[in-house]
Amino acid sequence: MPQTPGMTTATSPPTLSLESRDAGRATLVLGGTWRLTQRLPRLARAGELLEQAPGVTALDFDTEQLSDWDSGLVTFIAGLEQLCRARGIQCEPGGLPDGLLKLLELARSVPQTGRGGHAMQPVPSFVSQLGSDAMDLIQSTGEIMEFFGEGTIAFRNLLLGRARFRRSDLWLIMQESGADALPIVGLVSFLVGIILGYIGDQQLKEFGAQIYVADLVGLATVIQMGALVTAIVLSGRTGAAFAAQIGTMQVNEEIDALRTLGISPMEFLVLPRMLALIAMTPLLAIYADLLGILGGAFVGTVVGSLTLSAYLTETQLAIGWNHIIQGLIAATVYGAIVAASGCLRGMQCGRSAAAVGQATTSAVVTSIVFIVIAAAVLTIIFDAVGLS
Amino acid sequence: MSSREPGSTGLPHIRLEGIALGYGDTLVQHDLTFDIRRGDVFVIMGGSGCGKSTVMRCLTGLLEPRAGRVLIGGESLWEVQPAERSALMRRNGVMYQSGALWSSMTLEENICLPLEQYTDLAPQQMRAIAEYKLALVGLAGFGDYYPAEISGGMRKRVGVARAMALDPDTLFFDEPSAGLDPLSARRLDELILELRDSLGTTMVVISHELDSIFTIADDSVFLDAETKTMLATGNPRELREHSPIKQVRAFLNRGEVGPDERV
Repeated sequence: MPQTPGMTTATSPPTLSLESRDAGRATLVLGGTWRLTQRLPRLARAGELLEQAPGVTALDFDTEQLSDWDSGLVTFIAGLEQLCRARGIQCEPGGLPDGLLKLLELARSVPQTGRGGHAMQPVPSFVSQLGSDAMDLIQSTGEIMEFFGEGTIAFRNLLLGRARFRRSDLWLIMQESGADALPIVGLVSFLVGIILGYIGDQQLKEFGAQIYVADLVGLATVIQMGALVTAIVLSGRTGAAFAAQIGTMQVNEEIDALRTLGISPMEFLVLPRMLALIAMTPLLAIYADLLGILGGAFVGTVVGSLTLSAYLTETQLAIGWNHIIQGLIAATVYGAIVAASGCLRGMQCGRSAAAVGQATTSAVVTSIVFIVIAAAVLTIIFDAVGLS
Repeated sequence: MSSREPGSTGLPHIRLEGIALGYGDTLVQHDLTFDIRRGDVFVIMGGSGCGKSTVMRCLTGLLEPRAGRVLIGGESLWEVQPAERSALMRRNGVMYQSGALWSSMTLEENICLPLEQYTDLAPQQMRAIAEYKLALVGLAGFGDYYPAEISGGMRKRVGVARAMALDPDTLFFDEPSAGLDPLSARRLDELILELRDSLGTTMVVISHELDSIFTIADDSVFLDAETKTMLATGNPRELREHSPIKQVRAFLNRGEVGPDERV
């Protein structure tokens, strides 16, 4: 007996068979339990049955043996109707349960606006893919230019004392990105110092020149590694946070709310973040330098049996002001890159949770790529101007 | 219009002339020409996805139209210099659908921010104003809460309080009653009417809640998603009975356009 959905009876597997009768008529016999949780027969199976009975022009249904059903059967019948229409078979749904007929009718009665969903996109050819990638590149370059243009205007307004942002935000961001980052920056720098110290110690002891571990660790850390380690930690820690914060504000219409008040998000959100990182990254880099040197000293004294005072004196002799200045300039540039990447990706963020995730990922990738490029460029420049 | 409400002065305050709007390759609405009179409660209505919020984005200075002009008090919003546009935008208050409160600030700070940016009031005075605006929306004493600590309906009300911070000429509401319980929705409708009556603020409300529309609207425009343009303007109570256009009557009568006719 046909049942209404929701009735629970002992489940028997769904069955499907075709009984041919007189002069082109056939009956599709449906039996068992047709629920989504069952292994339902596929539509193709019905197609095969119809093919095995050539000359069928009209199809009706027998649901005497059907015990229970849900939308699994409804979608099967809807598909079957289309299949029959394509083969010129007249479908007579009279034998189906009343509830099922009503559900089918309901699905058909919603007017098609023609705007739901996207049309199926054919797989693009290589040339059109190349073209669309090029267009994307042009667009994203345009967006980056616009961001820097607006950023420059915001900085000009800052110098003229007209920039609108809350000073309390600036202090808070400085604390979050600076003081709160001390433990992680310290730990990573100390460990990098130890690694550099070990490698130096192993090579230099071959020549009995272990004292030069202090030169190697000190110079590498102060010129490049301190700033680089700080910047990479900050890009994962702070740049990603900037992108997520600004991206979420984009999703929640908070940025629209700022704009409608005539407050530029570049001044209100981006400027304090840029200023905070430009100020904090060099300070963190100095701290990273000290911890890196301590890491080297740990190896030098424990593994390399140097005295601490000899190690520190050698370090002091090796490092000049020019090296410290190089490190600080690099750190400032990296700080600006991390803040700009985080804010840029946040501002570009779409209006969904997935877009916030993409913005965060892309902020980290962008900043690391540009940090490495900047490191290379700065090294060449420092050499050219005689700082190294 | 026969049903002038108290507070309406009948002067055009915002005028749209042949506005066309879109995103990327998609045209959302075109040929929008209508007036919003000073002191009216003006409702932008239409089915879901017809572009009501897009029209609001254009009127509040967030989306440049593809064609046409928006005149606010005679000045063309999208043709003036950015600084002047910014000044025009400051005379608007906007309540967003979700409230759009700045989540890193307390409710009081949310309301104080526009005051900090554009007035020379002392902090004490700003706090007093914030407390008063919160009281207006029935949330006195909540100033120290963060947006995440209050309910969605309360956030909407704080959104109204923030939109009113600078006593704007025009208040925009994006679906004020959506997602609110019937009592809160009604309170918000009453608040809109009270503010209009006492301050003479022009109200532009996006809505498809019929009860609310019939309660508050002096005037309206009906946007259609199929033809992508406006189908009718006028008082919705009159449009419900007398509009010559079937879709408009169907919308305002919940689909019932005649004894035997359904859309």
